[in-house]
Amino acid sequence: MDAPIPLESLVCVPVLLPLLAAGVKLAIGGRLRRLQSLISLGTLGLSLAVAIVLMIAADERGPLVTELGGWAAPIGICLVADRLSTLVLVVSSAVTLCVMAYSVVNAYDEQEHDAPMAIFHPAFLVMVAGVADAFLSGDLFNLFVAFELLLSGSYVLLTFGGTESRIRAGATYTLMALASSMLFLIALAISYGATGTLSLAQLAERFATLPEQVKLLVELTLLLAFGIKAAIFPMSAWLPDSYPTAPAPATAVFAGLLTKVGVYSIIRLEALLFPGGPVSTLLMWVALATMLAGVLGAVAQTDLKRMLSFTLVSHIGYMVFGVGLSTVAGMAGAIFYVVHHITVQTSLFLVTGMIERRTGTTSVTRLGGLMRATPLIAVLFFVPAMNLSGIPPMSGFLGKLMLVQAGLADGRWLPVTLVVAGLVTSLLTLYAVAKAWGKAFWRGPRGDRVGQVLESEENTGEDPTVTTATLPVALPLSVAALVALGLSFTVLAGPLSALAERAATELMAREPYVTAVLGGTR
Amino acid sequence: MTIALLPFLACCVLIATGATLLLERSLVRILAGVIVLGNGVNLLIVTAGGDAGGPPFVGTPGMADPVPQAMVLTAIVITLGVTAFLLALVHRSWQLTGSDEVQDDTEDRRVRLRARRGELGDAVRARRDAYRRLVVEQRAELANLEAEQAERERLEEADLERRIARVHDELEEWMRRLEQEGISQEELEQRLEEAGLREDAATMDNLQRIDELREEHSRGREAQAARERALRRKLKARQRDARRQMRAAIREERERQALAQDPELEGDD
Repeated sequence: MDAPIPLESLVCVPVLLPLLAAGVKLAIGGRLRRLQSLISLGTLGLSLAVAIVLMIAADERGPLVTELGGWAAPIGICLVADRLSTLVLVVSSAVTLCVMAYSVVNAYDEQEHDAPMAIFHPAFLVMVAGVADAFLSGDLFNLFVAFELLLSGSYVLLTFGGTESRIRAGATYTLMALASSMLFLIALAISYGATGTLSLAQLAERFATLPEQVKLLVELTLLLAFGIKAAIFPMSAWLPDSYPTAPAPATAVFAGLLTKVGVYSIIRLEALLFPGGPVSTLLMWVALATMLAGVLGAVAQTDLKRMLSFTLVSHIGYMVFGVGLSTVAGMAGAIFYVVHHITVQTSLFLVTGMIERRTGTTSVTRLGGLMRATPLIAVLFFVPAMNLSGIPPMSGFLGKLMLVQAGLADGRWLPVTLVVAGLVTSLLTLYAVAKAWGKAFWRGPRGDRVGQVLESEENTGEDPTVTTATLPVALPLSVAALVALGLSFTVLAGPLSALAERAATELMAREPYVTAVLGGTR
Repeated sequence: MTIALLPFLACCVLIATGATLLLERSLVRILAGVIVLGNGVNLLIVTAGGDAGGPPFVGTPGMADPVPQAMVLTAIVITLGVTAFLLALVHRSWQLTGSDEVQDDTEDRRVRLRARRGELGDAVRARRDAYRRLVVEQRAELANLEAEQAERERLEEADLERRIARVHDELEEWMRRLEQEGISQEELEQRLEEAGLREDAATMDNLQRIDELREEHSRGREAQAARERALRRKLKARQRDARRQMRAAIREERERQALAQDPELEGDD
């Protein structure tokens, strides 16, 4: 430990910095827009840098622990940065930075509604802080607080502007989130009653001594709470209903991060607290149901946002499958898939936002001829869409490959069935996105749809279906950065999958985490 | 550890009440459910902290567990915030729609719409089937009429032929009678010629009758064709009418459908 600055103290930066910035921005209000954007982007950029430093440090030295308020681990609350949490943190920081850049450019260009702008950035930053806190939390109650933090941010973003459809979707979303939070609190009460602690490391030790039934009760309650957040099949209906109505940057970051926070919590739950329980079989069954139900829903949709929301549900199934395998290979596959999926799903939703911005609709029955009108958007949609459906050599293919290998290595009939279901899901995803792409981009523009187009001052004349406004140059740039990040996972596949493997090994071993947190007090 | 029964029962009642209220349609009731549920859960956390004890200062004997209380404080604050947000949602919903009912989600509405569309499809199919049946019936009717016509024609022709044959027979009879009277072949032919020249009434009558019959026959045929044409025209008109009626019914159904269309589902399917 001869670092120039104590790296441990950096662990709380990704949580504190956005919160602080959110406070400052609330104080500034709607004034000084340029400064506002600067603060947002600077904060998120700094968080990204810190996350990268943390990832390297956590990979080299093992988990980094910050004890908040100076209280030692089992009594005080601590933030823990191990390989898994820092890896997800880096990706989420990068994604939120891109989304923030997108929304800054978007808002600047629109030059309208100043008042909501004053709310959008603070809410966004609070949500980012909540996400970071959820990833880093070393305490079950702190995890609850993190969830509430990110949810309260997301409530505001989802009902942004207070239009009728958003209020309707917001009511469903808020109530689902509330139900999940209540379940989480009940699980907290049971765990505390049974073990007398809520520190994850100590819980990991004490759960081992509990009777099976109590363990199962706590595990299932927590799983239910996290499952609602992750949109696992029987609890997934709220997602495609509420996400598509939100503003594009909000939907993008919800799709990329919020469900993944649920998945991350399930990974922690299964690996750290309840290793090798009977629940893994249940997880595989729900993974199967999630994959198929989601993708069949996606095939039936004609609206881009709704279609993407359903594929989002469907691909959560892959990660749950990896967790359900409860092997190092399966866990590594799940982690790799989380990283891949955060990036790809976010970029797809952002591109859809650009399409909506340009044409005023996201319904593929009304779109057409975008390929000729805006080849850039077409390419930006095509690449992550193919990535999502797992075309080699993109990261979607690699993530699925890791999961397939892990499933086949297991050899029992259920994992093999899941592998087959995963391949079918992948094919159906390809079908769904290819259908959407073909309709929105590939086919010729429809002359009879002229009346449904928004008015614009700059009309290119040749193609009335698709021209409403020109896009500011920086808008595609931020999306392109995200798409490039998604593609870079192919180039960096070796180091990345190795890191995922190491993270999974560390996770399944449990020992490094527990020792790092509890240290000498054990 | 043991927990006090009474607070635990209170938790159960509160949580059950809250969960029941959550299933309501009205947002205000749901809000009440959230509050009751939140209180129940918070009470559960306090109950999980164990028995009441002294103030939690270091060194106090038999002090209460401070951790659940700290947690409950946090949870209460969070519930407060979310409740405030929900209230704002309720108010906004009431402002916009005049009610605080939770609407059906889009997928449910789509399923219902699809069912309605299925009904429409059934109605259209039934119409079309009825039309097809009508066409088949009319074709059969036409074929019947044609067959009758053909039969009548055949009968008329047979009658005509019979009459021609009778005329021929009469002629032959007349010739045989003359032959029997001992008139030679030459004389007979001569007589016949004479009869032709002097336009023998009986013979001429026979020939004329043949011609008349032929004419009558062709007239009958024409009348028959005209009747047939009229019949076909009528049939076509009836088919057209039926088709128009069917289309109008389908259009009407579609319009009704369009009125029921949800603006949010625009462009779907």
